Amino acid sequence: MAHSAALSSEQYNYDIVKKFAIASIIWGILGMTAGVYIASELAWPFLNFDIAQITFGRLRPLHTSGVIFGFGGNALFATSYYVVQRTCQARLAGGTFWPNFTFWGWNLSVLIAGLLYLQGFTQGREYAEPVWFVDLAIAVVWVTYFLIFTVTLMKRNQPHIYVANWFYMSFILATALLHIFNNLAMPISLTSPVSYSLFSGAQDAMTQWWYGHNAVGFFLTAAFLGMMYYFVPKQAGRPVYSYRLSIIHFWALSFMYMWVGTHHLHWTAIPDWTSTLAATFSIMLLMPSWGGMINGIMTLSGAWDKLRTDPIMMFMITALSFYGMSTFEGPMMSLKSVNALSHYTDWTVGHVHSGALGWVAMISIASFYHMIPRLWNTTLYSMQLVYTHFFLATIGTILYITALWVSGIGQGLMLRAFDEYGNLAYTFVETVAFMHGPLVARAVGGLFFLSGMLLMAYNIYMTISRAKQEEGVPATAAAKA
Amino acid sequence: MFKHESIETNSGLLIVLTLVAISIGGLVEIVPLHYINETVEDVKDPATGLEVVRPYTPLEQRGRDIYIREGCYTCHSQMIRPFRDEDLRYGHYSLAAESKYDHPFQWGSKRTGPDLARVGGKYSNEWQVQHLKAPRSVVPESIMPNYPWLTETDLDLSDLQDRMVALKRVGVPYSQTTVEYEDNVKKFGEEVAKKLDINQAEANLIAQAKAGNYDGNPNNISEMDALVAYLQVLGTMVDFKKFDEDHFIQFR
Repeated sequence: MAHSAALSSEQYNYDIVKKFAIASIIWGILGMTAGVYIASELAWPFLNFDIAQITFGRLRPLHTSGVIFGFGGNALFATSYYVVQRTCQARLAGGTFWPNFTFWGWNLSVLIAGLLYLQGFTQGREYAEPVWFVDLAIAVVWVTYFLIFTVTLMKRNQPHIYVANWFYMSFILATALLHIFNNLAMPISLTSPVSYSLFSGAQDAMTQWWYGHNAVGFFLTAAFLGMMYYFVPKQAGRPVYSYRLSIIHFWALSFMYMWVGTHHLHWTAIPDWTSTLAATFSIMLLMPSWGGMINGIMTLSGAWDKLRTDPIMMFMITALSFYGMSTFEGPMMSLKSVNALSHYTDWTVGHVHSGALGWVAMISIASFYHMIPRLWNTTLYSMQLVYTHFFLATIGTILYITALWVSGIGQGLMLRAFDEYGNLAYTFVETVAFMHGPLVARAVGGLFFLSGMLLMAYNIYMTISRAKQEEGVPATAAAKA
Repeated sequence: MFKHESIETNSGLLIVLTLVAISIGGLVEIVPLHYINETVEDVKDPATGLEVVRPYTPLEQRGRDIYIREGCYTCHSQMIRPFRDEDLRYGHYSLAAESKYDHPFQWGSKRTGPDLARVGGKYSNEWQVQHLKAPRSVVPESIMPNYPWLTETDLDLSDLQDRMVALKRVGVPYSQTTVEYEDNVKKFGEEVAKKLDINQAEANLIAQAKAGNYDGNPNNISEMDALVAYLQVLGTMVDFKKFDEDHFIQFR
């Protein structure tokens, strides 16, 4: 075991995977701390403290970018570089320089973008807030990433490209396409971070939500399915449930996701046909989504006992269950009649987090608990802490989404209520007052999730430092021999 | 029969076919919107034939820049949907034309606070200033942050022309030459065309701020002046009284 792992670390570039994995955990804690803080600002507005840099409007993009691009992005770089090497049985392309270039390029981009938000520099479009020169830097990093990934695939010592890599590839291509077209903008000068978007009004809205929803579809779904297709079978010690299902899953998901962005614009001033088309595809998307979920969960068949004994497996199956739940909730909310109530309310925010915390974060956490000990050729410091983390994360997520169902559906119903004379039954601010309780509960849910992440950071830190202590003379001698 | 294996063993084919699969949806839904004219309504004053939706004046545009800077869109939408409750609460549903000069659009996705698409003219300047400085002093249940620095900070005019030139490059009809100015006179009328002249931007901005005295302090031009000027114009360009009640249904 130790021998083969020592060989793996010679054969593969694990150094870059380690860097991305650690960066991901750090960003996760930073981004989620920002999340808990802005959630608290909504419950207790004095927390804005009249300081421009930490008001909700400036801190909220820092939270979203921090968790999506910082935590999620680094997790995807880490796992894709790990998976592509392991499944191709080939060392990562680009030597040491180019993978490191993607590491520093990506992390500095997210950091600079985030610091600029606090200073008020933003493109003012959700999840595409980074200023124009950061967007350019990200484009360069992304092309490098694509080349490293593709050349590694071409160097493979396996005839087949493993299914996880299809999903990573689809994510890399789609993200490039979305990023470039959605960030077309005119800077006011070469020395200013300020720019204006190329498109305006209705066209800008369409482009932005084509981007916005597919940031969810490809960045936060396809790529994490790549993670699922590698780490779930590995952890279960079983092959993927159905090869055919994975083929259908992949092509249907890749094709259909790109149609559904307009469901974010139901009942707005865009042509009705785009809205109808998006709703139709959203409903159809339920099938590949659930196909993927079934493929993941059924991989455990024959090893169901692991659900009782292995907390990493519990994370994975819970992640897939949340994936199934939020990909059911999503199509339902994309129906125009449901959307009329849910849109603009906290229900949307809750839905996003059932995907983001329940699915994306949990599958990443599980993958890290599987991968990190292998990278450092050791075992986890404490399985008991993983178990505790699992419960903190699950309780936190459920508390979070339940609170926002109450807040969102409650507000939606209040806003459309009429009194017996046909007048509006509530003023807007009465709905704000109503939401205070759920918003407090939501912040507490987020705090649960964050404390789980801190526990993970401690566990991983102890795992790595113990591995470094153990790394004595014999291992070095074996490596030299 | 075509075997999937041929894709799995050829990375080039995998890349090309994936690109095809992910491109179709966007092409079908987005590209036509740039070519179908009805996407954005043509709204002309029935009496004069002039376009009623105009680009923002320099002061309003600078206010819009501040709106974006502070991330107002994270809690406020600018898009009224065609429902009875929204009609009663906010007014006529939003037209695409009303945001045709919005780079970027600020329709928003969340109403932690109310929609602002037609907030212009609903409250006095004094109320807006007080509400922005200390929201809970006028709406006790509000959870909006205080924005006291807006009155204390002078509006930065140094890059005003750069901003308007950049907007002109992406299609906003601000004028630099006499020909462009004359076009604007035909399109919007002389009074509006004057305000869209980039060469007069700073003078126009100062004049509007002095005349409007939005922040209640006539001695300076603050960020508050600009932001309130922007809020006060939101949703006021189209006067729906001038149109038949079902006039805009044809565009839906």
